[in-house]
Amino acid sequence: MLYREAGQFKTSYSADQAIFSIAQDRWFVMIVLLLGFVGVPLVANQYLYTEVFIPVLILSIAAIGLNILTGYCGQVSLGTGGFMAVGAYAAYNLALRIPDMNFILVFALSGVVAMLVGVLFGLPSLRIKGFYLAVATLAAQFFLEWAFARVKWFTNYAPSGSVAVGKIELFGFAIDTPDRKYLFVLALVVVMALAAKNMVRGRLGRSWMAMRDMDIAAEIIGIRPLNAKLSAFAVSSFYIGVAGALWGFLRLGSWEPLAFDINRSFQVLFMIIIGGLGSILGSFLGAAFIILVPIFLNQLPHLLGIPLSTAAVSHIEFMVFGAMIVFFLIVEPNGFARLWAIAKEKLRLWPFPY
Amino acid sequence: MRASAGQGVAAGDIVLSVEDVSLGFGGVQALTGVSFDIRNGEIRAIIGPNGAGKTSMLNVINGFYHPQSGRITFKGKTRSKMRPYEAARGGIARTFQNVALFKGMTALDNIMAGRTLKMHRGVLWQILRVGPALAEEVEHRLKVEEIIDFLEIAHIRKIPVGRLPYGLQKRVELGRALAMEPNLLLLDEPMAGMNLEEKEDMSRFIIDVNNHFGTTIALIEHDMGVVMDLSDRVVVLDYGRKIADGTPDDVKRDQKVIDAYLGVGH
Repeated sequence: MLYREAGQFKTSYSADQAIFSIAQDRWFVMIVLLLGFVGVPLVANQYLYTEVFIPVLILSIAAIGLNILTGYCGQVSLGTGGFMAVGAYAAYNLALRIPDMNFILVFALSGVVAMLVGVLFGLPSLRIKGFYLAVATLAAQFFLEWAFARVKWFTNYAPSGSVAVGKIELFGFAIDTPDRKYLFVLALVVVMALAAKNMVRGRLGRSWMAMRDMDIAAEIIGIRPLNAKLSAFAVSSFYIGVAGALWGFLRLGSWEPLAFDINRSFQVLFMIIIGGLGSILGSFLGAAFIILVPIFLNQLPHLLGIPLSTAAVSHIEFMVFGAMIVFFLIVEPNGFARLWAIAKEKLRLWPFPY
Repeated sequence: MRASAGQGVAAGDIVLSVEDVSLGFGGVQALTGVSFDIRNGEIRAIIGPNGAGKTSMLNVINGFYHPQSGRITFKGKTRSKMRPYEAARGGIARTFQNVALFKGMTALDNIMAGRTLKMHRGVLWQILRVGPALAEEVEHRLKVEEIIDFLEIAHIRKIPVGRLPYGLQKRVELGRALAMEPNLLLLDEPMAGMNLEEKEDMSRFIIDVNNHFGTTIALIEHDMGVVMDLSDRVVVLDYGRKIADGTPDDVKRDQKVIDAYLGVGH
């Protein structure tokens, strides 16, 4: 009843091609945006900002980036952590060496640096596919980790190897409190998600998906594998680089290379698998799931009043979390995005059987 | 859709010629000294028993395989090595024997993908998706909708092609090739695995494409009835060699062709 599209006639192809071509979807997105920009700041506290909202949003950007590469273009990558590190260290060095640079520019340029590195490490994809490419990107991960740990210039010769960032200012506004950081990240996420959605539903996205589904057929309709694959690596690495810079500056504040190790790569990869490969919405759902469920599991024994040691809780957390991932993959291999689509499909008819 | 005839080549002129092409893989000789030509606006059939080298021939024409010797002249340009996307740019489209669609994409997106070469807006425009980029998207959507109407697949345009029955997938694949507005359309067994009704539909589409758009067509087919009815000229391959070339009636009476099909010792 609520989600009925009868009576909504599309009279032009541009209306039919709109992102949210159904009025209810538009309302839903409006409400979510309103909640995000107004609702959350009214109720959230410091803990919610720093442990929930900011991490989920930043990693959503990384997940969108990886999803463009793996979900849309079909190139498996295990180098996400490394590319995030490139973004983070690029932002650190830009802010350090070019004082008073606008932070929007800092983050954008660190994305560009990650993009260049990503294209470089994407070159093997022109020759190798699947598992072999995954191994090649794994090499990128280890190489980048090694470079940031060993090449002292990147960390400005800090003796401990860890770097710390200073104040972040934007047009005279200091982005220092959690709520300001949150709003800044949220605004970036909205812009970047919209840009990603536009790319994947246009010519570029079609050429990525064509390359993913049937590379031979893509070539005979005139899509150059070089352009399609490297553009996917470029866009993907840009998103991941920006996410890395944001993670360093707004989530961590100070970090060492370990913050962007192989576990980070797997974390983002799980996000897009659980959320849904080839779906922008899925990137958000996956990021939320991977961040929120461990927090929830960690708090659960306490909430239920079960006395357990911290160590036991964290062990159980790992086990239950792993089991949940396996369970979801068996029940819905296409991820949350697919569940969401099925739910909408059902809702169109509800409450009638057909 | 514009008629593709008359791009520097008048009707009846030779649009593609294959001269003395040989192709081998290791010890296997797939094609030996094959020569034939395709005239503008005709339907040219390539037939032959299994393993005769028909698909290899198509693969050579659109650049998947590079022949060891021989020349291919397309629209007056002779070439040695060419990648498939360059063939596409030159105006050669094709379909595959075992449907090669983009399974995760809708029928509409598959056919839209066929127009990739015609779309030129840069990445930044696509990100913004306003003004020229949106206009371009809508303009090409109009063309694609014409093809969708022509192939009578309007009802399935928003369904991922992986879920479509085989006959419709073949039709979507033809649509994707047509979206490129090719000069030369290569069809590799367009009717394989179809029932009689689907074959009749597909034959009608092929004739319509040839008549209305003037597209030159080269097709491989096993159903002799279809081949004889559709094609203007037929070339017959056997064991990688050309054994006959001519009108359907000539070819039907050719003793070598009869031997090849009935299996007289070579």
